[in-house]
Amino acid sequence: MNESSKACIAGAFEHPLRKAPDKSVAQLHFECARGALEDAGLDFDQVDGYFCAGDAPGLGALSMADYLGLKLRHVDSTDMGGSSYIAHVAHAAHAIAAGKCSVALITLAGRPRSEAYTGTQTRSWGDDVPDAPFEAPYRLNTVNSYAMAAKRHMHEFGTTSEQLAWVKVAASHHAQHNANAMLRNLVTVREVLDSPMIADPLHRLDCCIVSDGGGALVVVRPEIARELKRPVIRIKGAAETIKGQLGGRVDLTWSGGAITGPAAFTQAGIRPSDIRYASIYDSFTITVLMQLEDLGFCAKGEGGKFVADGKLISGIGPLAVNTDGGGLCNNHPSNRGGMTKVIEAVRQLRGEAHPAVQVKDCALAVAHGTGGQLGTRHGSATLILERI
Amino acid sequence: MQSSFIPGPRVLPDGIEYWAAASEQKFMVPHCNNCGQHHWYPRAHCPFCHSDEIVLRESPGTGQIYSFSIMRKAEGGDFVIAYIALSEGVTMLANIVTDDPDSLRVGQEVGVVFVSSKTGQLVPMFELKSR
Repeated sequence: MNESSKACIAGAFEHPLRKAPDKSVAQLHFECARGALEDAGLDFDQVDGYFCAGDAPGLGALSMADYLGLKLRHVDSTDMGGSSYIAHVAHAAHAIAAGKCSVALITLAGRPRSEAYTGTQTRSWGDDVPDAPFEAPYRLNTVNSYAMAAKRHMHEFGTTSEQLAWVKVAASHHAQHNANAMLRNLVTVREVLDSPMIADPLHRLDCCIVSDGGGALVVVRPEIARELKRPVIRIKGAAETIKGQLGGRVDLTWSGGAITGPAAFTQAGIRPSDIRYASIYDSFTITVLMQLEDLGFCAKGEGGKFVADGKLISGIGPLAVNTDGGGLCNNHPSNRGGMTKVIEAVRQLRGEAHPAVQVKDCALAVAHGTGGQLGTRHGSATLILERI
Repeated sequence: MQSSFIPGPRVLPDGIEYWAAASEQKFMVPHCNNCGQHHWYPRAHCPFCHSDEIVLRESPGTGQIYSFSIMRKAEGGDFVIAYIALSEGVTMLANIVTDDPDSLRVGQEVGVVFVSSKTGQLVPMFELKSR
Protein backbone atom coordinates (compact mmCIF):
# COMPACT_ATOMS: atom_id res chain seq x y z
CA MET A 1 0.00 0.00 0.00
CA ASN A 2 1.10 3.53 -0.63
CA GLU A 3 -0.46 6.93 -0.06
CA SER A 4 -2.08 7.39 -3.41
CA SER A 5 -3.65 3.93 -3.29
CA LYS A 6 -5.90 5.14 -0.48
CA ALA A 7 -8.37 6.52 -3.00
CA CYS A 8 -10.68 5.16 -5.69
CA ILE A 9 -12.34 6.43 -8.86
CA ALA A 10 -16.06 6.07 -8.19
CA GLY A 11 -17.58 8.10 -11.01
CA ALA A 12 -16.76 8.86 -14.64
CA PHE A 13 -18.71 10.63 -17.35
CA GLU A 14 -17.96 11.64 -20.94
CA HIS A 15 -20.30 14.22 -22.41
CA PRO A 16 -22.09 12.66 -25.42
CA LEU A 17 -21.94 15.84 -27.53
CA ARG A 18 -19.09 16.50 -29.96
CA LYS A 19 -20.51 19.83 -31.13
CA ALA A 20 -22.17 22.13 -28.63
CA PRO A 21 -22.70 25.61 -30.13
CA ASP A 22 -25.76 26.21 -27.96
CA LYS A 23 -24.14 25.53 -24.60
CA SER A 24 -21.67 27.62 -22.61
CA VAL A 25 -18.38 26.14 -21.45
CA ALA A 26 -19.47 26.46 -17.81
CA GLN A 27 -22.75 24.70 -18.65
CA LEU A 28 -20.78 21.81 -20.15
CA HIS A 29 -18.68 21.62 -16.95
CA PHE A 30 -21.90 21.37 -14.94
CA GLU A 31 -23.40 18.67 -17.15
CA CYS A 32 -20.20 16.64 -16.91
CA ALA A 33 -20.05 17.08 -13.11
CA ARG A 34 -23.66 15.95 -12.77
CA GLY A 35 -23.04 12.99 -15.04
CA ALA A 36 -20.02 11.76 -13.08
CA LEU A 37 -21.75 12.20 -9.71
CA GLU A 38 -24.83 10.32 -10.98
CA ASP A 39 -22.53 7.59 -12.27
CA ALA A 40 -20.99 7.27 -8.80
CA GLY A 41 -24.32 7.53 -6.98
CA LEU A 42 -23.28 10.70 -5.16
CA ASP A 43 -24.68 14.25 -4.87
CA PHE A 44 -23.17 17.69 -5.34
CA ASP A 45 -23.64 18.21 -1.58
CA GLN A 46 -21.13 15.45 -0.86
CA VAL A 47 -18.34 17.00 -2.95
CA ASP A 48 -15.71 18.61 -0.71
CA GLY A 49 -12.76 18.73 -3.15
CA TYR A 50 -12.71 20.29 -6.62
CA PHE A 51 -10.14 20.08 -9.42
CA CYS A 52 -10.04 21.87 -12.77
CA ALA A 53 -7.47 23.31 -15.19
CA GLY A 54 -7.07 26.05 -17.77
CA ASP A 55 -10.20 25.13 -19.72
CA ALA A 56 -12.40 26.30 -16.83
CA PRO A 57 -13.65 29.81 -17.60
CA GLY A 58 -12.98 32.92 -15.55
CA LEU A 59 -10.80 32.47 -12.51
CA GLY A 60 -10.89 28.72 -12.97
CA ALA A 61 -11.76 26.85 -9.79
CA LEU A 62 -12.82 30.09 -8.11
CA SER A 63 -15.43 30.84 -10.78
CA MET A 64 -16.49 27.24 -11.19
CA ALA A 65 -16.95 26.38 -7.49
CA ASP A 66 -19.31 29.33 -7.11
CA TYR A 67 -21.12 28.50 -10.38
CA LEU A 68 -21.51 24.82 -9.50
CA GLY A 69 -22.60 25.59 -5.93
CA LEU A 70 -19.85 23.59 -4.25
CA LYS A 71 -18.89 23.72 -0.57
CA LEU A 72 -15.18 22.88 -0.53
CA ARG A 73 -12.42 21.91 1.86
CA HIS A 74 -9.82 21.38 -0.88
CA VAL A 75 -9.12 23.02 -4.27
CA ASP A 76 -6.48 22.31 -6.95
CA SER A 77 -6.27 24.00 -10.34
CA THR A 78 -2.95 22.60 -11.56
CA ASP A 79 -2.63 23.19 -15.29
CA MET A 80 -0.45 20.83 -17.31
CA GLY A 81 -2.37 21.26 -20.55
CA GLY A 82 -4.19 18.17 -21.71
CA SER A 83 -2.56 15.90 -19.15
CA SER A 84 -3.91 17.97 -16.22
CA TYR A 85 -6.80 15.64 -15.43
CA ILE A 86 -4.55 12.59 -15.19
CA ALA A 87 -2.45 14.50 -12.66
CA HIS A 88 -5.63 15.69 -10.90
CA VAL A 89 -6.60 12.08 -10.12
CA ALA A 90 -3.27 11.59 -8.37
CA HIS A 91 -3.56 14.93 -6.59
CA ALA A 92 -7.06 14.01 -5.45
CA ALA A 93 -5.75 10.70 -4.11
CA HIS A 94 -3.04 12.51 -2.16
CA ALA A 95 -5.54 15.00 -0.77
CA ILE A 96 -7.89 12.19 0.27
CA ALA A 97 -5.04 10.22 1.88
CA ALA A 98 -4.03 13.37 3.79
CA GLY A 99 -7.60 13.86 5.04
CA LYS A 100 -8.11 17.09 3.09
CA CYS A 101 -11.26 15.89 1.35
CA SER A 102 -13.42 12.78 0.90
CA VAL A 103 -15.21 13.26 -2.43
CA ALA A 104 -13.16 14.96 -5.15
CA LEU A 105 -14.75 16.20 -8.37
CA ILE A 106 -12.62 16.80 -11.50
CA THR A 107 -14.16 18.54 -14.53
CA LEU A 108 -13.11 19.45 -18.06
CA ALA A 109 -15.10 21.10 -20.86
CA GLY A 110 -14.64 23.25 -23.92
CA ARG A 111 -15.97 24.04 -27.37
CA PRO A 112 -13.05 24.62 -29.73
CA ARG A 113 -15.04 23.09 -32.61
CA SER A 114 -17.80 25.68 -32.30
CA GLU A 115 -15.15 28.37 -31.96
CA ALA A 116 -13.42 27.19 -35.18
CA TYR A 117 -10.07 26.46 -33.56
CA THR A 118 -7.46 24.59 -35.62
CA GLY A 119 -4.07 23.17 -34.66
CA THR A 120 -2.37 25.20 -37.37
CA GLN A 121 -3.13 28.45 -35.55
CA THR A 122 -0.42 30.03 -33.47
CA ARG A 123 -1.44 29.64 -29.84
CA SER A 124 -0.78 32.55 -27.56
CA TRP A 125 -0.52 32.02 -23.83
CA GLY A 126 -0.30 35.74 -23.06
CA ASP A 127 2.02 38.71 -23.50
CA ASP A 128 4.65 37.88 -20.91
CA VAL A 129 5.51 34.29 -21.87
CA PRO A 130 9.33 34.24 -21.81
CA ASP A 131 9.79 31.81 -24.72
CA ALA A 132 7.30 33.48 -27.08
CA PRO A 133 9.58 36.22 -28.49
CA PHE A 134 12.00 33.53 -29.67
CA GLU A 135 9.34 31.23 -31.12
CA ALA A 136 6.35 33.23 -32.36
CA PRO A 137 8.29 34.88 -35.24
CA TYR A 138 8.95 31.39 -36.59
CA ARG A 139 5.22 30.56 -36.64
CA LEU A 140 5.43 27.69 -34.19
CA ASN A 141 2.08 25.94 -33.80
CA THR A 142 0.76 22.72 -32.34
CA VAL A 143 1.09 20.61 -35.47
CA ASN A 144 4.55 21.69 -36.58
CA SER A 145 5.88 21.25 -33.05
CA TYR A 146 4.83 17.59 -32.99
CA ALA A 147 5.94 17.21 -36.62
CA MET A 148 9.53 18.06 -35.71
CA ALA A 149 9.49 15.33 -33.04
CA ALA A 150 8.19 12.90 -35.68
CA LYS A 151 10.84 13.94 -38.20
CA ARG A 152 13.65 13.44 -35.68
CA HIS A 153 12.26 10.05 -34.65
CA MET A 154 12.25 8.98 -38.30
CA HIS A 155 15.84 10.22 -38.70
CA GLU A 156 17.21 8.46 -35.62
CA PHE A 157 15.21 5.23 -35.66
CA GLY A 158 13.92 4.74 -39.21
CA THR A 159 10.30 5.13 -38.15
CA THR A 160 8.01 5.37 -41.21
CA SER A 161 4.83 7.21 -42.12
CA GLU A 162 3.17 3.81 -42.61
CA GLN A 163 3.93 2.86 -39.02
CA LEU A 164 2.53 6.16 -37.74
CA ALA A 165 -0.58 5.63 -39.86
CA TRP A 166 -1.30 2.35 -38.05
CA VAL A 167 -2.02 4.36 -34.87
CA LYS A 168 -4.88 6.11 -36.69
CA VAL A 169 -6.05 2.87 -38.29
CA ALA A 170 -6.30 1.21 -34.85
CA ALA A 171 -8.21 4.20 -33.46
CA SER A 172 -10.70 3.98 -36.34
CA HIS A 173 -11.23 0.26 -35.72
CA HIS A 174 -12.20 1.10 -32.14
CA ALA A 175 -14.26 4.19 -32.98
CA GLN A 176 -16.57 2.28 -35.36
CA HIS A 177 -18.13 0.72 -32.22
CA ASN A 178 -18.54 4.03 -30.36
CA ALA A 179 -21.93 5.58 -31.16
CA ASN A 180 -20.77 8.97 -29.83
CA ALA A 181 -17.45 9.08 -31.71
CA MET A 182 -17.00 12.07 -34.01
CA LEU A 183 -15.40 9.93 -36.74
CA ARG A 184 -16.71 6.35 -37.03
CA ASN A 185 -15.49 5.39 -40.49
CA LEU A 186 -12.79 2.74 -40.85
CA VAL A 187 -9.55 4.18 -42.19
CA THR A 188 -6.72 2.40 -44.02
CA VAL A 189 -2.98 3.10 -43.96
CA ARG A 190 -3.25 4.24 -47.59
CA GLU A 191 -5.98 6.73 -46.69
CA VAL A 192 -3.80 8.25 -43.97
CA LEU A 193 -0.86 8.57 -46.36
CA ASP A 194 -3.09 10.03 -49.08
CA SER A 195 -4.65 12.62 -46.78
CA PRO A 196 -3.27 16.16 -47.22
CA MET A 197 0.14 16.89 -45.72
CA ILE A 198 -0.30 19.45 -42.95
CA ALA A 199 3.21 19.72 -41.52
CA ASP A 200 5.72 17.16 -42.81
CA PRO A 201 5.69 14.33 -41.91
CA LEU A 202 2.22 14.62 -40.33
CA HIS A 203 -0.79 14.23 -42.62
CA ARG A 204 -4.26 15.42 -41.81
CA LEU A 205 -5.21 11.94 -40.56
CA ASP A 206 -2.15 11.84 -38.27
CA CYS A 207 -3.84 14.68 -36.34
CA CYS A 208 -6.52 14.43 -33.68
CA ILE A 209 -9.98 15.84 -34.15
CA VAL A 210 -11.21 19.14 -32.72
CA SER A 211 -14.39 18.55 -30.71
CA ASP A 212 -16.66 20.25 -28.19
CA GLY A 213 -17.76 18.55 -25.00
CA GLY A 214 -16.07 17.46 -21.83
CA GLY A 215 -15.87 14.93 -19.06
CA ALA A 216 -15.68 14.51 -15.29
CA LEU A 217 -14.36 12.12 -12.67
CA VAL A 218 -15.17 11.51 -9.01
CA VAL A 219 -12.40 10.28 -6.70
CA VAL A 220 -13.38 9.13 -3.19
CA ARG A 221 -12.12 7.52 0.00
CA PRO A 222 -12.07 3.69 -0.27
CA GLU A 223 -14.71 3.38 2.48
CA ILE A 224 -17.07 5.49 0.39
CA ALA A 225 -16.25 3.58 -2.81
CA ARG A 226 -17.10 0.26 -1.18
CA GLU A 227 -20.56 1.52 -0.19
CA LEU A 228 -21.42 2.56 -3.74
CA LYS A 229 -22.87 0.24 -6.37
CA ARG A 230 -20.01 0.69 -8.83
CA PRO A 231 -16.87 -1.47 -9.30
CA VAL A 232 -14.04 -0.20 -7.10
CA ILE A 233 -11.15 1.24 -9.13
CA ARG A 234 -8.06 1.90 -7.05
CA ILE A 235 -5.25 4.33 -7.85
CA LYS A 236 -2.17 2.13 -7.78
CA GLY A 237 0.59 4.37 -9.09
CA ALA A 238 1.06 7.88 -10.44
CA ALA A 239 3.74 10.34 -11.48
CA GLU A 240 4.06 13.66 -13.25
CA THR A 241 6.77 15.90 -14.66
CA ILE A 242 7.45 18.74 -17.05
CA LYS A 243 9.96 18.51 -19.87
CA GLY A 244 11.08 21.48 -21.94
CA GLN A 245 13.99 22.50 -24.12
CA LEU A 246 16.57 21.74 -21.40
CA GLY A 247 18.26 25.12 -21.65
CA GLY A 248 18.86 24.56 -25.35
CA ARG A 249 20.03 20.95 -25.15
CA VAL A 250 16.96 19.99 -27.14
CA ASP A 251 16.28 16.26 -27.47
CA LEU A 252 13.04 15.46 -29.26
CA THR A 253 13.45 11.69 -29.07
CA TRP A 254 11.93 11.30 -25.61
CA SER A 255 9.04 12.78 -23.67
CA GLY A 256 8.42 13.30 -19.96
CA GLY A 257 6.83 9.84 -20.02
CA ALA A 258 10.37 8.45 -19.77
CA ILE A 259 10.38 9.88 -16.22
CA THR A 260 6.75 9.40 -15.18
CA GLY A 261 6.32 5.89 -16.61
CA PRO A 262 9.09 4.19 -14.63
CA ALA A 263 8.16 6.18 -11.50
CA ALA A 264 4.49 5.17 -11.70
CA PHE A 265 5.26 1.53 -12.44
CA THR A 266 7.70 1.40 -9.52
CA GLN A 267 5.10 2.85 -7.19
CA ALA A 268 2.50 0.37 -8.44
CA GLY A 269 4.93 -2.53 -8.11
CA ILE A 270 4.16 -3.84 -11.61
CA ARG A 271 5.77 -3.82 -15.06
CA PRO A 272 4.49 -2.62 -18.45
CA SER A 273 4.19 -6.27 -19.53
CA ASP A 274 1.49 -6.69 -16.83
CA ILE A 275 -0.74 -4.18 -18.66
CA ARG A 276 -3.16 -5.20 -21.41
CA TYR A 277 -5.06 -1.93 -21.77
CA ALA A 278 -3.56 1.57 -21.99
CA SER A 279 -5.10 4.96 -22.71
CA ILE A 280 -2.30 6.89 -24.41
CA TYR A 281 -2.78 10.54 -25.32
CA ASP A 282 -3.14 10.63 -29.10
CA SER A 283 -2.94 14.29 -30.03
CA PHE A 284 -1.03 13.01 -33.05
CA THR A 285 0.04 9.55 -34.15
CA ILE A 286 3.67 10.27 -33.18
CA THR A 287 2.57 11.08 -29.62
CA VAL A 288 1.30 7.54 -29.09
CA LEU A 289 4.37 5.91 -30.59
CA MET A 290 6.83 7.90 -28.48
CA GLN A 291 4.86 7.57 -25.25
CA LEU A 292 4.63 3.79 -25.62
CA GLU A 293 8.43 3.69 -25.87
CA ASP A 294 8.92 6.08 -22.97
CA LEU A 295 6.53 4.18 -20.70
CA GLY A 296 8.51 1.01 -21.38
CA PHE A 297 6.00 -0.97 -23.47
CA CYS A 298 8.81 -1.36 -26.01
CA ALA A 299 12.42 -0.23 -26.34
CA LYS A 300 13.27 3.31 -27.52
CA GLY A 301 13.23 3.29 -31.31
CA GLU A 302 11.03 0.17 -31.52
CA GLY A 303 7.74 2.08 -31.36
CA GLY A 304 7.18 1.86 -35.10
CA LYS A 305 7.21 -1.92 -35.06
CA PHE A 306 5.16 -1.99 -31.84
CA VAL A 307 2.24 -0.03 -33.33
CA ALA A 308 2.31 -1.45 -36.88
CA ASP A 309 0.04 -4.04 -38.47
CA GLY A 310 -2.94 -3.41 -36.22
CA LYS A 311 -1.19 -4.41 -33.02
CA LEU A 312 -2.90 -1.62 -31.02
CA ILE A 313 -6.36 -2.94 -31.95
CA SER A 314 -8.11 -4.69 -29.07
CA GLY A 315 -7.80 -8.47 -29.42
CA ILE A 316 -4.90 -8.38 -31.89
CA GLY A 317 -1.73 -7.21 -30.14
CA PRO A 318 -0.45 -7.61 -26.57
CA LEU A 319 -1.70 -4.13 -25.65
CA ALA A 320 -5.04 -2.56 -26.61
CA VAL A 321 -4.79 1.25 -26.86
CA ASN A 322 -7.57 3.86 -26.81
CA THR A 323 -10.55 1.56 -27.29
CA ASP A 324 -12.97 4.51 -27.39
CA GLY A 325 -11.35 5.72 -30.60
CA GLY A 326 -9.16 8.21 -28.75
CA GLY A 327 -8.55 11.78 -29.71
CA LEU A 328 -7.85 10.71 -33.26
CA CYS A 329 -11.45 9.57 -33.86
CA ASN A 330 -13.68 9.83 -30.81
CA ASN A 331 -13.25 13.00 -28.78
CA HIS A 332 -10.71 15.70 -27.88
CA PRO A 333 -12.77 18.24 -25.92
CA SER A 334 -11.13 21.60 -25.29
CA ASN A 335 -8.01 20.30 -27.12
CA ARG A 336 -7.21 18.53 -23.86
CA GLY A 337 -7.23 14.75 -24.09
CA GLY A 338 -6.28 13.59 -20.59
CA MET A 339 -9.81 13.39 -19.20
CA THR A 340 -11.13 11.00 -21.84
CA LYS A 341 -7.99 8.87 -21.36
CA VAL A 342 -8.93 8.22 -17.72
CA ILE A 343 -12.60 7.69 -18.56
CA GLU A 344 -11.93 4.92 -21.09
CA ALA A 345 -9.47 3.24 -18.69
CA VAL A 346 -12.26 3.23 -16.07
CA ARG A 347 -14.69 1.71 -18.60
CA GLN A 348 -12.22 -1.05 -19.39
CA LEU A 349 -11.60 -1.82 -15.70
CA ARG A 350 -15.34 -1.91 -15.00
CA GLY A 351 -15.94 -4.17 -18.01
CA GLU A 352 -18.11 -1.43 -19.48
CA ALA A 353 -16.22 -0.79 -22.71
CA HIS A 354 -18.04 -1.76 -25.92
CA PRO A 355 -18.09 -5.59 -26.10
CA ALA A 356 -16.23 -5.47 -29.42
CA VAL A 357 -13.26 -3.72 -27.82
CA GLN A 358 -13.48 -4.83 -24.16
CA VAL A 359 -10.22 -6.40 -22.94
CA LYS A 360 -11.12 -9.66 -21.21
CA ASP A 361 -10.72 -9.60 -17.40
CA CYS A 362 -9.09 -6.18 -17.51
CA ALA A 363 -7.83 -5.64 -13.95
CA LEU A 364 -4.97 -3.19 -14.57
CA ALA A 365 -4.87 -0.15 -16.85
CA VAL A 366 -2.65 2.80 -17.63
CA ALA A 367 -3.74 6.33 -18.53
CA HIS A 368 -0.96 8.59 -19.76
CA GLY A 369 -0.87 12.06 -21.22
CA THR A 370 1.38 14.65 -22.85
CA GLY A 371 -0.07 18.14 -22.46
CA GLY A 372 1.25 21.26 -24.15
CA GLN A 373 3.63 20.58 -27.03
CA LEU A 374 5.83 17.54 -27.46
CA GLY A 375 8.25 19.61 -29.57
CA THR A 376 8.77 22.47 -27.11
CA ARG A 377 7.58 22.00 -23.53
CA HIS A 378 5.02 19.61 -22.15
CA GLY A 379 3.54 18.18 -18.99
CA SER A 380 3.52 14.40 -18.68
CA ALA A 381 1.32 12.46 -16.29
CA THR A 382 0.95 8.71 -15.78
CA LEU A 383 -1.75 6.93 -13.82
CA ILE A 384 -1.93 3.20 -13.09
CA LEU A 385 -5.35 1.95 -12.04
CA GLU A 386 -6.53 -1.39 -10.66
CA ARG A 387 -9.95 -2.97 -10.23
CA ILE A 388 -10.27 -4.57 -6.81
CA MET B 1 10.16 34.06 -47.30
CA GLN B 2 7.69 36.93 -47.40
CA SER B 3 8.24 39.24 -44.44
CA SER B 4 4.61 40.36 -44.43
CA PHE B 5 3.66 37.01 -42.88
CA ILE B 6 6.38 36.87 -40.20
CA PRO B 7 5.12 38.06 -36.80
CA GLY B 8 7.43 40.56 -35.14
CA PRO B 9 8.69 39.50 -31.72
CA ARG B 10 7.27 41.07 -28.60
CA VAL B 11 10.45 42.50 -27.11
CA LEU B 12 10.45 41.99 -23.34
CA PRO B 13 12.92 43.83 -21.06
CA ASP B 14 15.39 40.93 -20.95
CA GLY B 15 15.35 40.64 -24.75
CA ILE B 16 16.11 44.26 -25.68
CA GLU B 17 19.85 43.69 -26.19
CA TYR B 18 19.34 40.53 -28.28
CA TRP B 19 16.86 42.17 -30.63
CA ALA B 20 18.87 45.41 -30.88
CA ALA B 21 21.84 43.31 -32.06
CA ALA B 22 19.63 41.49 -34.55
CA SER B 23 18.65 44.88 -35.98
CA GLU B 24 22.35 45.34 -36.80
CA GLN B 25 22.46 41.85 -38.34
CA LYS B 26 24.43 40.48 -35.41
CA PHE B 27 23.38 37.07 -34.13
CA MET B 28 23.97 36.69 -30.40
CA VAL B 29 23.97 33.60 -28.19
CA PRO B 30 23.71 33.96 -24.41
CA HIS B 31 26.67 32.76 -22.38
CA CYS B 32 27.01 32.42 -18.61
CA ASN B 33 30.21 33.87 -17.19
CA ASN B 34 29.71 31.94 -13.96
CA CYS B 35 29.48 28.37 -15.29
CA GLY B 36 30.84 28.96 -18.78
CA GLN B 37 27.91 27.43 -20.64
CA HIS B 38 25.76 28.74 -23.46
CA HIS B 39 22.01 28.39 -23.21
CA TRP B 40 18.95 28.95 -25.37
CA TYR B 41 16.51 30.77 -25.46
CA PRO B 42 17.91 34.11 -24.20
CA ARG B 43 16.98 35.13 -20.66
CA ALA B 44 18.46 37.18 -17.82
CA HIS B 45 19.68 34.18 -15.82
CA CYS B 46 21.44 30.89 -16.53
CA PRO B 47 19.04 27.91 -16.56
CA PHE B 48 21.91 25.62 -15.48
CA CYS B 49 23.63 27.42 -12.57
CA HIS B 50 21.03 30.18 -12.04
CA SER B 51 23.61 32.92 -12.01
CA ASP B 52 22.63 36.23 -13.60
CA GLU B 53 26.12 36.81 -15.04
CA ILE B 54 24.84 36.48 -18.59
CA VAL B 55 26.51 38.07 -21.58
CA LEU B 56 25.43 37.92 -25.19
CA ARG B 57 28.27 36.67 -27.38
CA GLU B 58 28.28 37.34 -31.09
CA SER B 59 27.93 34.05 -32.93
CA PRO B 60 29.04 33.05 -36.44
CA GLY B 61 25.47 31.72 -36.77
CA THR B 62 26.44 28.32 -38.06
CA GLY B 63 24.87 24.98 -37.27
CA GLN B 64 23.12 21.88 -38.52
CA ILE B 65 19.47 21.05 -39.03
CA TYR B 66 18.42 18.97 -35.98
CA SER B 67 14.83 18.55 -37.20
CA PHE B 68 12.37 20.44 -39.38
CA SER B 69 8.85 20.47 -40.76
CA ILE B 70 7.43 22.01 -43.92
CA MET B 71 4.24 23.81 -42.96
CA ARG B 72 1.89 23.38 -45.90
CA LYS B 73 -0.82 25.74 -47.09
CA ALA B 74 0.19 28.46 -44.66
CA GLU B 75 -0.78 32.05 -45.21
CA GLY B 76 1.78 33.37 -47.68
CA GLY B 77 2.83 29.89 -48.80
CA ASP B 78 4.73 26.92 -47.40
CA PHE B 79 7.41 27.67 -44.84
CA VAL B 80 9.97 25.60 -42.97
CA ILE B 81 10.19 25.53 -39.19
CA ALA B 82 13.28 23.85 -37.75
CA TYR B 83 15.47 23.23 -34.76
CA ILE B 84 19.03 24.32 -35.56
CA ALA B 85 21.88 22.77 -33.55
CA LEU B 86 24.26 25.75 -33.31
CA SER B 87 28.03 25.36 -33.23
CA GLU B 88 27.89 26.75 -29.65
CA GLY B 89 26.20 23.49 -28.59
CA VAL B 90 22.67 24.79 -28.08
CA THR B 91 19.67 24.11 -30.30
CA MET B 92 17.26 26.87 -31.28
CA LEU B 93 13.91 27.11 -32.99
CA ALA B 94 14.01 29.02 -36.30
CA ASN B 95 12.85 29.08 -39.89
CA ILE B 96 14.88 27.88 -42.85
CA VAL B 97 14.68 30.17 -45.87
CA THR B 98 14.68 28.07 -49.03
CA ASP B 99 13.08 27.80 -52.44
CA ASP B 100 13.30 24.00 -52.33
CA PRO B 101 11.99 22.76 -48.97
CA ASP B 102 11.50 19.21 -50.23
CA SER B 103 15.24 18.75 -50.66
CA LEU B 104 16.05 19.62 -47.01
CA ARG B 105 17.56 16.89 -44.84
CA VAL B 106 18.33 16.53 -41.14
CA GLY B 107 22.04 17.19 -40.56
CA GLN B 108 22.55 19.73 -43.34
CA GLU B 109 24.83 22.70 -42.60
CA VAL B 110 23.13 26.08 -42.32
CA GLY B 111 24.11 29.69 -41.70
CA VAL B 112 22.23 32.65 -40.28
CA VAL B 113 20.41 35.24 -42.39
CA PHE B 114 18.25 38.12 -41.23
CA VAL B 115 14.68 38.54 -42.45
CA SER B 116 12.40 41.47 -41.82
CA SER B 117 9.18 40.79 -39.92
CA LYS B 118 5.82 42.56 -40.04
CA THR B 119 7.02 45.12 -37.50
CA GLY B 120 10.26 45.75 -39.38
CA GLN B 121 12.32 44.01 -36.68
CA LEU B 122 15.00 41.79 -38.29
CA VAL B 123 14.68 38.17 -37.20
CA PRO B 124 17.50 35.59 -37.38
CA MET B 125 16.70 32.71 -39.72
CA PHE B 126 18.87 30.15 -41.51
CA GLU B 127 19.67 29.07 -45.04
CA LEU B 128 21.64 26.16 -46.45
CA LYS B 129 25.34 26.84 -46.71
CA SER B 130 26.45 26.91 -50.32
CA ARG B 131 28.92 24.15 -51.10
